[in-house]
Amino acid sequence: MTELDKKIRQDFPVLRDRETVYLDNAATSQKPQCVIDAVRHYYEYYNANPMRGLYDISIEATDAYENARAQVARFINAHETSEIIFTRNTTESMNLLAYSLGADLKPGDEIVVAVTEHHSNFLPWKEVAARNGATIVWFDCEEDGYLNPDTLRELVNEHTKLVAVTQLSNVLGRINDVKTFAQIAHEVGARIVVDGAQSVPHMPVDVVDLDCDFLAFSGHKMYGPMGIGVLYGKMELLKDMKPFMYGGEMIEYVFKDRVKYADVPHKFEAGTVNVGGAVGLVEAIKYIESYGWDTIISRENEITKYAMEKMAEIPHVNIIGSQDWHEHHGLITFTIDDIHPHDVAAIFDSAHVAVRAGHHCAQPLHKHLGLMSTTRVSFAFYNSLEDIDAFINCLREIRGKMGYED
Amino acid sequence: MANTFYNEILTEHNRNPYHKHSIEGANFSLEGVNPSCGDDIVLNLKVENDVIVDGAYEGDGCAISQASADMMLDLVIGKSVEEAMHLSDIFLRMIKGETTEAERNELQEASILQDISHMPSRVKCAVLGWHTMEEMLSEDK
Repeated sequence: MTELDKKIRQDFPVLRDRETVYLDNAATSQKPQCVIDAVRHYYEYYNANPMRGLYDISIEATDAYENARAQVARFINAHETSEIIFTRNTTESMNLLAYSLGADLKPGDEIVVAVTEHHSNFLPWKEVAARNGATIVWFDCEEDGYLNPDTLRELVNEHTKLVAVTQLSNVLGRINDVKTFAQIAHEVGARIVVDGAQSVPHMPVDVVDLDCDFLAFSGHKMYGPMGIGVLYGKMELLKDMKPFMYGGEMIEYVFKDRVKYADVPHKFEAGTVNVGGAVGLVEAIKYIESYGWDTIISRENEITKYAMEKMAEIPHVNIIGSQDWHEHHGLITFTIDDIHPHDVAAIFDSAHVAVRAGHHCAQPLHKHLGLMSTTRVSFAFYNSLEDIDAFINCLREIRGKMGYED
Repeated sequence: MANTFYNEILTEHNRNPYHKHSIEGANFSLEGVNPSCGDDIVLNLKVENDVIVDGAYEGDGCAISQASADMMLDLVIGKSVEEAMHLSDIFLRMIKGETTEAERNELQEASILQDISHMPSRVKCAVLGWHTMEEMLSEDK
């Protein structure tokens, strides 16, 4: 382990105190001490219900929450702070959008969904389409997972209202050209919603440069706490959308017969909000920036390259998607001939290597690629080459443990 | 590396199952699916005068689901429906950790799956064949 490996590892209590080799970072990342401390500090020193309080501690909590919004806006380069809506996670962001934006869908409208999508960027659209008589149109990927802009160009037309696509697939690890997809969507007057759950934690994402209309991501995959997520939307679109949930904290005034809702973003944040989560998310952003993207990306690339080279040497191991490590951003999904992925994961577990097995909430993609289920390892910049060695050593033994001689 | 629960009995039943094939004259057939692992089996039984005279399964799944179904068929072929239901009851209770040693002895090889009770995510794999059998035999009543 290098000195930097050790230093980063020291930041994370779970990695410090357990012997687990944690390779399920696409599911959720571990939390550094500074994030845990920030959340704790909020609850110990200035917890109060924000927005409505007329006393100092509530004003402090409100300031912390609104500062978090400003920090998130800066982090993804949004034009305005109020374009950031706090949610619980990516799934809730997508449901908000499907409910609110989807309310305007009409029979004959089309929603283009990439086959690579996590269920959270498919099922909300499927449900709203069924309610409103709209149709889902599948944007299929090529065999190596590539989503070809030319394919999208053929699919969109004047009926297309929305394109739903991930920036970084949670199965293939491939970065999609969402900037070009946004242009193609906009040419026919459609909107684009980008799932940033896997991309935002691992690379700089600039919503102005991408020109995406909406971007959703989760705090817990980027070293922040669980229960805080983000929906970014262009102000001109958010202004015209109806609220998602109704209740406290989202109104200007309420009479028995009429109501005026609050402005964006508060009209989308009904009920008492998650200040502790927002404070933790800001700390996570600061933590990412303290190491910087150059360090984070080069470490994750080194790990990915090393893992893929070692995996290629092992017979009966098949990597899903591209065989080129450059197309895998911090995650590798694979199968082992004759061995079911849940058995694979169980054997890794016995060696204290945490991996994911199943369909990774992406069943349409598995079906498209002709797979039942798969095993996935996903990295964060705190992983080291030693973690990969532990993974590879176990991987080599799996067929033997299942009674195969070769 | 620590030992896994994939012992020789389990891997042997998974790799070379005795009962994974089609059969002629089955009068009971039911598909069982475990969506979490993607296990999907079709269990076929031939029952004459309340006795399971033949049985087999087809399908795909993880080693635990396959081996468990295979060991179940080892046990129940040649037994009465009532005996099969009795064994199934023991097996399903074993997975919840609610059996005596004497009861587990009745399960013979299938008792090696006892430790699955500590792995909630794999319980569904182990019980798939047994649940499927219970469902089809109790439908008849």
